[in-house]
Amino acid sequence: MSIDISQFHDVFFEESFEGLDAMEAGLLDLNVGAVDLETINTIFRAAHSIKGGAGTFGFIPVSEFTHVMEAILDEMRNGEREVSTLSINLLLESVDVLREMLTAVQQKTATDDGRIADTRQKLEAMKADEFEEPELVKVQVEAVTESKDLGWKINFNPHQHLLQTGNDPVRMLRELGSLGELTTEVNDSKLPPFSDFEPEDSYLSWTLTLLGDIPKEEVDEIFEWVDEDCDLTIESIKAPVKGPTRVEIMVAALDKHDVVSVEFTPEPEPEPEPEFSTTESVVDETPVVAVDIEETQSIEATLPVEKTTTKSKIATPAASSIRVSTDKVDSLINLVSELVITQSMLSQIGEHFTPKMLPQLIDGLAQLERNSREMQEGILRIRMLPISFAFNRFPRLVHDMSDKTGKKVELKLTGEQTELDKSVMEKIGDPLVHLVRNSLDHGIEMPEVRLAAGKAETGLLQLKSYHQGGNIIIEIHDDGAGLNEDKILAKAIEKGLVDASDELSPEKIHDLIFLPGFSTAEELTDISGRGVGMDVVRKNIDSLGGSVEVVSNRGEGSVFTIRLPLTLAIIDGQTIRVAGENYIIPLVSIIETLEIKTSEIKLVSGKGELYPLRDEYVPIIRLYDVFNLDPHITDLEEGLLVIVEGEGQRVGLFIDDLLGQQQVVIKSLETNYRKVKGVSGATILGDGTVALILDVPGLMALYRDPSLALFVNHNRAA
Amino acid sequence: MSEIQQVNETLELITSIDDGSEQYLSFFLGEEEYGVEILRVQEIKGWAQVTHIPNSPPYLCGVLNLRGTIVPIVDLRLRFDMPKKQYTATTVVVVLKVEGVTQRTVGIVVDSVSDAHNVVPEEIKATPDFGSNVSTEFISGLVTLEDNNMMMILNIDRLLSVEALG
Repeated sequence: MSIDISQFHDVFFEESFEGLDAMEAGLLDLNVGAVDLETINTIFRAAHSIKGGAGTFGFIPVSEFTHVMEAILDEMRNGEREVSTLSINLLLESVDVLREMLTAVQQKTATDDGRIADTRQKLEAMKADEFEEPELVKVQVEAVTESKDLGWKINFNPHQHLLQTGNDPVRMLRELGSLGELTTEVNDSKLPPFSDFEPEDSYLSWTLTLLGDIPKEEVDEIFEWVDEDCDLTIESIKAPVKGPTRVEIMVAALDKHDVVSVEFTPEPEPEPEPEFSTTESVVDETPVVAVDIEETQSIEATLPVEKTTTKSKIATPAASSIRVSTDKVDSLINLVSELVITQSMLSQIGEHFTPKMLPQLIDGLAQLERNSREMQEGILRIRMLPISFAFNRFPRLVHDMSDKTGKKVELKLTGEQTELDKSVMEKIGDPLVHLVRNSLDHGIEMPEVRLAAGKAETGLLQLKSYHQGGNIIIEIHDDGAGLNEDKILAKAIEKGLVDASDELSPEKIHDLIFLPGFSTAEELTDISGRGVGMDVVRKNIDSLGGSVEVVSNRGEGSVFTIRLPLTLAIIDGQTIRVAGENYIIPLVSIIETLEIKTSEIKLVSGKGELYPLRDEYVPIIRLYDVFNLDPHITDLEEGLLVIVEGEGQRVGLFIDDLLGQQQVVIKSLETNYRKVKGVSGATILGDGTVALILDVPGLMALYRDPSLALFVNHNRAA
Repeated sequence: MSEIQQVNETLELITSIDDGSEQYLSFFLGEEEYGVEILRVQEIKGWAQVTHIPNSPPYLCGVLNLRGTIVPIVDLRLRFDMPKKQYTATTVVVVLKVEGVTQRTVGIVVDSVSDAHNVVPEEIKATPDFGSNVSTEFISGLVTLEDNNMMMILNIDRLLSVEALG
């Protein structure tokens, strides 16, 4: 029975890439000198799974490469090796190489063999505790590639009378087997029918492949006594022209270790150029399906949603897939079972239908409608991914850059669980990288400059993400030098972007950096400042319907704020009622809800109402007022005050009543209509009607300046 | 509702004929008959409760959930400053595809849908200029129908543009 294991390739690749991410994250977490066993174990496990998987699927170079890494990690785990910056960096480099190799295998493209061999050499050298410059080794490798024999190919065809001379081929074969790895292929074509069989005659001949670094003399010695009684050819096996990757790696292995065994798999039909697969045997781990229990679980969790991808074969590597948390899938399964119950209920009604059952039927249909709507929403939620998918690459980026530039940077990530639509996530990655690089390169100063300016030696880079109204906000804070307005202005004038006579506010000047072809870096580095700068960032973010702005204080740092609309986001919402209309307030912006007494209200110049909330006064916004609705309740004591927060400021929204809380899918009003001040989007409620989602900062702006409304003084009563 | 079904069927029938002429869907606002290009009509549906948009012009009834997308609904009577008519079960919403910077879907409330007409482009007459007395900027031409009624062809891209919606 044969199983087409290629169907599992996609899962393997996905898991391997995840494993690589885990390794990378773990490596970055490792503190030099101090061995955190748990972290090393995590890295080791990831490497081990990749090795096992690669071995199973026959991606031999990958499994071999991982094996060397694993050996080093094992030593670290056992405390036999110190965790040094050097080794961490090398392992990180290896992770990169491994990722390239896997990508190459996945997309069936060529690998950068030189780089793989280089890194591998370095790893080997490190393992042998002789970390040296790779160039020297490389020369050696190339020289070796030319001459080294892989083993011997022997055609052994005993004459019929061989056994009569007292020689036993079996013993000779056994002897050969002790020299190296022996593969035998027997040719029994001369075997006569049983009736003609002579027990003292030899009918068999063999094709033998002996792999290993074995001198020809030793092979000759074995056949010394039968020279005259057989036809014997002994040829050395040279590195095949095909598959240079594998050979090079194999040779590298040969170079460092004395015992290397090579599995030889002859082609079914006679072919002069056999294919090779090699396995190192120094610390031989049988490459079986080394899947830990936790991984099996995750495979199970992934399989249902990935069915379509696995079916579509590996030919289209671009077909993307999503990993979905189990609770999302569980909730879908719950929904499906509800759907099944509804369906069976309906078919029961259908079988014995009497007009009396009409109310039941209507109920059932309503339930069906609700089920399918919930399912639809549940399926949409699958597309939502936590933004940590985009954030995860930054620890590595910061690590590499601080290494390269000599700057000391601490990275702080917050709000990694903020969910974002997958398609938005894919497009926001590059702009984010650019902004982070920019902050590292231009923002944070060298340690000595920072010390001189009276700042901590280590710069702080913060990435924050959160929902605000109908938007997702991503902030990139750095406590670096801030934008240099004079330099920006000078540059802008030089490039003819502004006139020297223009009077520009600092904000306007900061905004200039988003203009095409603007770069103030004193020298171009490979980190940023290639001229394709912030204008591309702004363009990309604009294309997502978002915006990016910068706030900067000279000497204190800068904050870049990316605002993305939620094309398909889900938020927790509180449904409220005002003047007979339902609205949704995002739960995150609600602080608390209060019943208030008119006596507590303070008036400002007879009009502005303030409510004393503990140690502060919050302005009261009557929602029907800013929205120009016919109020049902105007007495503050009859309604409720919802304290909300937006842009760091608190206000009290006066509403008629609180209704339920629910998760809502945000729909855009702008697709078919336009932006409405004070409203961030709309959603579809359980009964199919539309409810508007309130935008708290927008409401505040509307309260301060009613003329911002689309249509002012409109009296709905008319 | 059967009336709507009937018209929907006629729509399908008519769009399958191709004799060079253009087809228009006509509808009534009071006594006046208006027409829109039939290929711009996405669907015709009965009146359903809409959600009001705060601070919007009176002619914008609100927004509606049309299979998951939010579609604004414009009352054409109010848009043309005609007296408001109560919405009933027979009030009809014509859902149109409006071209602009992007294609948008907008619904208009009309009194009733009348018929689909084949119109040869040469038969379309220019709109006379009423000066400031009558606003004709949204009418792209006039057609005399078989029953001697006059059909005013609406330029919906201008009438329902983002700017015009409020």
